[in-house]
Formats: sequence, C-alpha cells, structure tokens
Amino acid sequence: MKLINKLWVGMGILVLISPLGLLLPERFKAGDAWGEWGTDGIKELVGYIPQGLEKLSSLWSAPIPDYAFKGWEEKGLGSLSFAYIVSAIVGILVTVCIVALVGRLLIKKE
Amino acid sequence: MEWPGFTAVKEEKMHIPDGYLGPATCGIFYAVMLPIWTIASKIVQKTLKAKQVPILAIGAAFSFVIMMFNVPIPGGSTGHAVGGVLVAILLGPWAACIAITVALVVQALLFGDGGITAIGANCFNMAFVLPFVGYYIYKAISYNASVDSNRRVFAAGVAGYIGINVAALLAGVEFGLQPLLHHTATGQALYCPYGLNIAVPAMAGEHLLIFGWVEAIVTALVVKYLQKQSPELIEEREVA
Repeated sequence: MKLINKLWVGMGILVLISPLGLLLPERFKAGDAWGEWGTDGIKELVGYIPQGLEKLSSLWSAPIPDYAFKGWEEKGLGSLSFAYIVSAIVGILVTVCIVALVGRLLIKKE
Repeated sequence: MEWPGFTAVKEEKMHIPDGYLGPATCGIFYAVMLPIWTIASKIVQKTLKAKQVPILAIGAAFSFVIMMFNVPIPGGSTGHAVGGVLVAILLGPWAACIAITVALVVQALLFGDGGITAIGANCFNMAFVLPFVGYYIYKAISYNASVDSNRRVFAAGVAGYIGINVAALLAGVEFGLQPLLHHTATGQALYCPYGLNIAVPAMAGEHLLIFGWVEAIVTALVVKYLQKQSPELIEEREVA
C-alpha cells in the first residue's frame, strides 16, 4: 500500500477514536463545563461579567459549535460521540479541500 | 483543588475564544500575521512541489483532528497536542504555517473552537511560533544524523515539547496582558479578567506537565514510523 493511503487509514482510525477527546475529560471530571463556558461561568469565577467579553463572545455563531449539533446539548454521550465523529469528518474534508485549493492556486503543475 | 486560574483557562485551552482579547491585541496579531501569511505563500509557491500537496493536506487534516483529542488533567483542565511541529519537520516551517492556519480557520469558523477575532493571535501562537521553534530545534539536534538515527526521534520529541510550550507561554502572556490593557475606571477587566500572575502559570504549567509530553510523543512516534515507512520524507533537504 502506498504511504499516503496508509496515512489516510491512520487518519480514519483517529477519526473513529476521536470521541476519546470528549469522553476522557468527561470521565475524569475535567472540562465538565464543556461547551457551557459562557458569561455565567465567568461571573461565578470573578464576580462580574467583563463588558467587552460579553459583547464579543457572542460575535460568531458557529454552525457546529464545539463539535456538537445544535439542540443536541442535552443528549447522551453516545449521541455526542457520534456528532464528534461527524464533526471530525466534516472538518477533515473542508481542511483538505482548502489545502488542495491553496495548493492549486500556488503551485504550478510540473 | 480549585485554583481559579486553572478553572478559568480550562475551556479555552490553546484556542483563544472571542471576547478574551481586546480589539487592539486582536488587530495587532492580524497585522503581524498578514505579512507572515504572504511570505509563507511565496515561499511555499517556490519550494513545494505539486506531489507534496497531498502530504500538506494530510498534515493539515492531522493537525485538525489531533486538536480534537482533549487530554484531561483529572479534576482540572483539558488540553491537546497541535501536531504542528511534525508538519514542520516533514514539510518545513512555512508550509506548516499554511497547513495549521487552514486547520485553525476551519476550527474557528465551523466549530467555534477559537474566536474569529482571535484568529490572528491563535495563528501567531500555533501556526507561526510553534512550527518555527519546533523546526529549528529539530534541525539543531538532528544535525548530521543519518535518516534512520534515533537522534532524529529524540530531536522530534524535544522539538514538539518545546514548540508547544513556547506557544502556550505566549497564549498565557496574551491572556494575562488584557486586564492591564483594558479595564474600566473602577478596575473591572473588559476582556480576559486574569492577569499574567494567573494566566501564565496556568497555561505554561499545564503544558510543561502534561500537554507538552503529548505533543512530544506524537511527534516522535510519527517520525519513528516514517523513518521505516518513508525515509525520503525524513531526509534532509533545503525546504525553506
């Protein structure tokens, strides 16, 4: 098998096990406020909401926020893991397309 | 142990979100990155061959997906490797700059991972400083080493460790400067509320202890694998 194909197989494995990046922090109670970090959380921590932070923090509304589908926040870890894998696939596809496009624009055919 | 610094920096990891850096800081880093992106494009245009584009694409994809692997510090914060030093070792730091920039922009726009106002700062830390520091450390340690030498594996690990730690330190400084730069008359912070005394130890400490080792292991293992599978990727060459 060509190296590049082997590397893509490796990437596929990474995608399949990517929910570890979601489940391990959950398991060890780290990042338990995953995706919930907002102005409420910071108010609890410092006693007030920094004004500029409040304004800017809602500036951009990402289509797949924190690698989870909108409205799925309350779903179980299984659904969240599924969304995580889909996010990884979408992200990789978009990334590869952009690099291919940049490559085509920059590099002349030999 | 609930140390406010750790809790505060927990969600943002190395990706600075919108609202944590003031407009001046955001603007400065966009202004700094603009010429860097321009130079990177020109150099990549000259040095990268068409057949290397698939490797560049896979490097960017690898960096994207490896950043999804949040590693927990039990009861504390999470963080991740960037994979950027690896891309720099294989394709040179300028190509790595472009690959990681693409990954970071996709993360910010599609997934809200890192703010859009902070793309300049996040790219400076992770797409510029990280690959360049890592690349030159790798070069220095692996100087004159044969392609299959273990010194290259060691060099890759050290480069990964130091590269991500310098980037984390910078992110900590960028966070920590905000209360000094932007505050109300009564002293309330406008953006990141934690100063250097909390942000820098939190960012630097957790990367020195945990996440730096993740980057080191990832970088070293892949270099070790490629030494056997594809020595030509590891071979010394003059890529800028």
